[in-house]
Amino acid sequence: MAQPGQDAAAALASSLESVLRSRGSANRVFEILELLQADEEDVILCAIRTCSRLFGALLERGELFVGQLPGEESSLTDNYSAEDKYKIWMRHRYNSCVNCLVELMGHESFQVKELSLATLMKFVELEGKYPLVKAEWKGSFSFPRELLKLVVENLIPCEEDSSLLISRFQEYLEYDDIRYFVMKAVAENIGHVMQKTKEVPLPVYQQNVFSLISSISMPSKENEVVNFMVKQANQEEWKVSKLKEHKRAFERMWLGFLKHKLPTGLYKKVLVILHDSILPHLNEPTLMIDFLTVAYDIGGAISLLALNGLFVLIHQHNLEYPDFYKKLYSLLDPSIYHVKYRARFFHLADLFLSSSHLPAYLVAAFIKRLSRLALTAPPQALLMVIPFICNLFRRHPACKVLVHRPSGPEDLSEDPYIMDEEEPSESRALESSLWELQTLQSHYHPDVAQAAAVVNQSLSELEDDISELLELSAYELFDRELKKKATGVPLEFEQVRGLFGKKDDLFAEHFALE
Amino acid sequence: MGKPTKQRRKGQVTARAKGPSGAGTALVKNNPFEVKVNKQKFNILGRRTKHDVGLPGVSRSKAVKKRTQTLLKEYKEREKSNVFKDKRFGEYNTKISPEEKMMKRFALERQQNHEKKSIYNLNEDDELTHYGQSLADIEKLNDVIDSDSDTEERGILSAELTAAHFGGGGGLLRRKALTGEQDEEEEKPKSRKELIEELIAKSKQEKRERQTQRENALELTEKLDTDWKEIQTLLSHKTPKSERKDKEEEKPKPDEYDMIVRELGFEMKAQPSDRMKTEEELAKEEQERLQKLEADRLRRMHGKDEQENKKKPKHMSADDLADGFILDKDDRRLLSYKGGKLNVGNEEEEGGNEEEGESEEESEGEPGGEDEEEAIVEEDDATDSPSDLESDMGSEEEVTANEEQKEKHKGNEKKLQSEEEQNAKIEAARSELPYTFTVPESYEKLKSLLFGRIIEEQLVILERIQKCNHPSLAVGNKAKLEKLFGFLLEYIGELATVEPPELRTIDKLVLPLYSLCQMFPEAASNSVKFVLQDAAHDMEEIIEVKGRATFPGLDMLIYLKITAILFPTSDFWHPVVTPALVYMSQLLTKCQVMTLQDVVKGLFVCCLYLEYVSLSQRFIPELINFLVGILHLSIPQKRPQGYILVHPFRPAGKNSDLLLVCDKKDMETWKKQNLPLSIVTRLKESSKTEMNHFRLSCLAVCLDLIKKCAALYESLSSFHEIMQPIRVLLTEHILVSEYPKQLQELHQNALKELEDKGKHYTPLVCEKKKPVPLKLYMPKIVKVLEFGRKQGGSKEEQERKRLIHKHKREFKGAVREIRKDNQFLARMQLSEIMERDSDRKRKVKNLFNSLATQEGEWKAMKRKKFKN
Repeated sequence: MAQPGQDAAAALASSLESVLRSRGSANRVFEILELLQADEEDVILCAIRTCSRLFGALLERGELFVGQLPGEESSLTDNYSAEDKYKIWMRHRYNSCVNCLVELMGHESFQVKELSLATLMKFVELEGKYPLVKAEWKGSFSFPRELLKLVVENLIPCEEDSSLLISRFQEYLEYDDIRYFVMKAVAENIGHVMQKTKEVPLPVYQQNVFSLISSISMPSKENEVVNFMVKQANQEEWKVSKLKEHKRAFERMWLGFLKHKLPTGLYKKVLVILHDSILPHLNEPTLMIDFLTVAYDIGGAISLLALNGLFVLIHQHNLEYPDFYKKLYSLLDPSIYHVKYRARFFHLADLFLSSSHLPAYLVAAFIKRLSRLALTAPPQALLMVIPFICNLFRRHPACKVLVHRPSGPEDLSEDPYIMDEEEPSESRALESSLWELQTLQSHYHPDVAQAAAVVNQSLSELEDDISELLELSAYELFDRELKKKATGVPLEFEQVRGLFGKKDDLFAEHFALE
Repeated sequence: MGKPTKQRRKGQVTARAKGPSGAGTALVKNNPFEVKVNKQKFNILGRRTKHDVGLPGVSRSKAVKKRTQTLLKEYKEREKSNVFKDKRFGEYNTKISPEEKMMKRFALERQQNHEKKSIYNLNEDDELTHYGQSLADIEKLNDVIDSDSDTEERGILSAELTAAHFGGGGGLLRRKALTGEQDEEEEKPKSRKELIEELIAKSKQEKRERQTQRENALELTEKLDTDWKEIQTLLSHKTPKSERKDKEEEKPKPDEYDMIVRELGFEMKAQPSDRMKTEEELAKEEQERLQKLEADRLRRMHGKDEQENKKKPKHMSADDLADGFILDKDDRRLLSYKGGKLNVGNEEEEGGNEEEGESEEESEGEPGGEDEEEAIVEEDDATDSPSDLESDMGSEEEVTANEEQKEKHKGNEKKLQSEEEQNAKIEAARSELPYTFTVPESYEKLKSLLFGRIIEEQLVILERIQKCNHPSLAVGNKAKLEKLFGFLLEYIGELATVEPPELRTIDKLVLPLYSLCQMFPEAASNSVKFVLQDAAHDMEEIIEVKGRATFPGLDMLIYLKITAILFPTSDFWHPVVTPALVYMSQLLTKCQVMTLQDVVKGLFVCCLYLEYVSLSQRFIPELINFLVGILHLSIPQKRPQGYILVHPFRPAGKNSDLLLVCDKKDMETWKKQNLPLSIVTRLKESSKTEMNHFRLSCLAVCLDLIKKCAALYESLSSFHEIMQPIRVLLTEHILVSEYPKQLQELHQNALKELEDKGKHYTPLVCEKKKPVPLKLYMPKIVKVLEFGRKQGGSKEEQERKRLIHKHKREFKGAVREIRKDNQFLARMQLSEIMERDSDRKRKVKNLFNSLATQEGEWKAMKRKKFKN
């Protein structure tokens, strides 16, 4: 393997030298370009490096034709000077080299992909510096848009996952101009691809797009837009240096992406980052309303996640959401205590229910439903939700009848609260009592039992801080129990008779020691 | 004006002022015009008044006098820089008696003179010495003389004597006459001769005293030596040869009688012992012990000492080694009679291993045990069980246990036979194995010791290890046996993971594990905790990597079961059991149910849960969730209606019909059987029918567990809400009619248990809070216990108050003094000015006078001239 690689390297080095030395031996370019399509990885890598050096040098020397490129045959016949003819010919070689590199971005070896990407980006930089397009008027801005577009197109293929390459590409997104044009290219590309496939879902493609565009980090202030790959003469007038333009491109790109149907996993991912890294960078965040309301109506975990974005819109952008609390109420089902996003949901629920202007029946319905659902919750969730409920009692003293009804009817045959009722006002929660918390007082976990016993006494004035409890995981709970110091270990006094030897052992009934 | 200076002045003054004023006071006191009486408004009993009578005139004049002597002096010398310093030795030191003072002064004077002499001494360095000591020094310091060379001449060399002999005495006497007050009072000044005689007498007396002291000391040491010799013979028999010889020479041989008396004196006296206990008493004692333990358990269950948390220190005997070794274990056999004969002997002959009785007891002692238990029951009835539920419950339990045991006896008569065989085996094992074992130091050693042997042998080995290395026998044994617990636990874990799992062995190995745990609770709890921590940590890692967990192996399930055997599971909080419960909760909520084995494992954990809370009746949401999920696995129609599944279960998916049985034939041929635990490690490649039977068994277990849950939780206030999903599943979704009869029965039972319970909801009422008392504006009345003393506060507080009070008083006094000083000064200044003025006036007048006379004379002369 090493032998052909070394041979090729030597050959490439010699041809590179000769091409650069004299125009007479320009035809040796073909040797280099040929090797780009070689089979061995080493050879390809070597060839790419040589190309990069060769065309880099040529671009710097200005030996490539500038302006509208005539066809190869026509240039030979037309009356160009020999110099021009050489330049045109070389430009054609350059173009074919670029095409080869773009193809190599789909190569199976990651190293090849990476190197070709780096080379192409180098070309982008050099083309920016020594433009191949004639300036139309003085002071116009030139940027190798077409080349960048080609790169982006191949960065987000429809067939294979290219997240690795995208993460490599991320360093170029630091440049404000590159970012700007990438965003534009992506928006265009999405439109094209989606139109072509006619709404047939393309999970891989969408995944790729997502990993590319979620890695874009927007500047937050105008004066942060200073990092350009291609320097222009009158930088300030260039629209790339305007934050507003950036935002517009960003907005168009995201809207274009979210317009199409997303697979569930991706949906969740988008919603997770939405409030934090998308909404603040939009010119008009209200454009997301449609997307969010649709997501909120889907139900389950997606609704929980959409809540965060909705909160931002309601809070900062005056969104009025009809029946918001009713919807929130209907989101409460047993899974909220088990899902991954429990902390996020309860953090938001705490925010939504912190208003003291909420009617008592609504809060009571929430309390009752949360505690009813708590009958199926694991201890780590219970440790969080019980203080949560206590906080609700503190904020809304009118709800205290749920735990203290001295003059109520003596004996009820049914819990007045209607669990299946969608409408909180109809649920008759205020007529009920919190028997669930009373039940939880005999929970097996001592901390839960103690926490639930708090409702027996009148509550203290200060609210409990639940922010630490939100993230409590089962393993942490276990660890905490294990680390508690004990003085003396009580022992079982009943004499043992065997593994299943206890009196009326449950196991002896059901299991056999075989 | 600083305090200390003033203080000094005061002292200075009193010494001088006393003389003249002493006589006057008596006179003044009798003068009614000088006396001022402070009238009391009320007469208070028991109060001593200090200042009822005062002499204002006297005290004022005293104060003025004092000021003239001190302040005035200072005032007059205010612009003078030269100071009079009194450097006389010990002038103001009241501790030294005047005589002594004089002596010292004299000595100093001599010293000074001596030094002054040396000014003219040209060869100064050449000092006269005696034995390397300067003669002058020897002269000066009388107390360096060593005690041994106390010749008669010693006294002569002493400073006092020299002072008395050579000249100093006159000055001394004179000065004494001037200042010494006491001497004045006592007698007239002594003559020189008398003084010398006195000195000689004193020195002689001192010498005599020293001598007697030395004699005393000698006597004491001799006595001590003799005493020591006596004791030494008692302490050890090896006395130095020479001494022994001496003794033999000195003392006659001890009398035989004496020896016997002494021996008898030192012999251990027999302690009066308790009388032999009857069977009933023993049973009663045992019953009481159990009751006490049960009461203790109940207290812990309600978490009462969590709140109190004031543990009384356990009583520790002085001989306690703190090794957790409890004597009333099986180590010591109680005396017992059998058929009128004392039943000791033969067991003790076998050497150290009495505990073999334990296993023997199991086989042969069972009828006896029954008797005992029956006795307990009778006892209960007879004593009319004074207390409560507990004992009732206890007895009930015992009755059931009895019955069960009987049933067992009936049921497996085959077992009896095999037991006999076992006995034979045990005997064989006993005879074959060596009698002593060292405690294995690593897990591998233990494994090599035990692995491959039959169960009985393993048990005997473990027992002997425990016996031979009992903590009371050697120091390091405790740590070794503590480690043994961990190794044994590990060994059990390995037995559970081998293929096929040796569950029978584990079943027996639990016994030594239990006894070790009883010996070393701390170490045992630590190793079980360690196992739990390991398992939980592994699961957490798997979840982090894969996003979901799988059920652990059989070993972990066995560990959890062992935890329940070793530790009381009903405690409100327990250092081992509570983490185990949390871990089990994780098992039921995080682990995916994908195979039938998972179902079995899950059901096992459910059983564990139920066992853990069987006494404390605590609520476990995970358990209900899991049972709902299991039921869901067995129904054909996958649209959950009326119930909602939580985490590990999905309404529809790959494994959602794990327990679904469709084959009618298999349904009919099924018979309920216990689930073999070995299935957990490997599912036999069995026929479809067997698999279906297996599924039905799982379902049967599930239904039975539901029944148990319902019985357990019926007292909870939201029982119906908890059981709602199960009820819906049982009534609406499960196709009961298709199931075999036994299963139908189970289903019926479970459903009945669920529906029987009445619905009772009483509204919640908070505990009554102690009302906050209104603010009262009545004066607070405090009982005065002792008059004149500040009340309240701790000792420090009182001390602080006292100091504050004192400070205040002193401050006031000082201010008053300063004011008076100023007044006095002002008065003095005024009088000075007046004096100066009058002086000037007088002088001016004089001048005028002289001038006038001069003028007059001059005029007279003039007139004369004119006349002339």
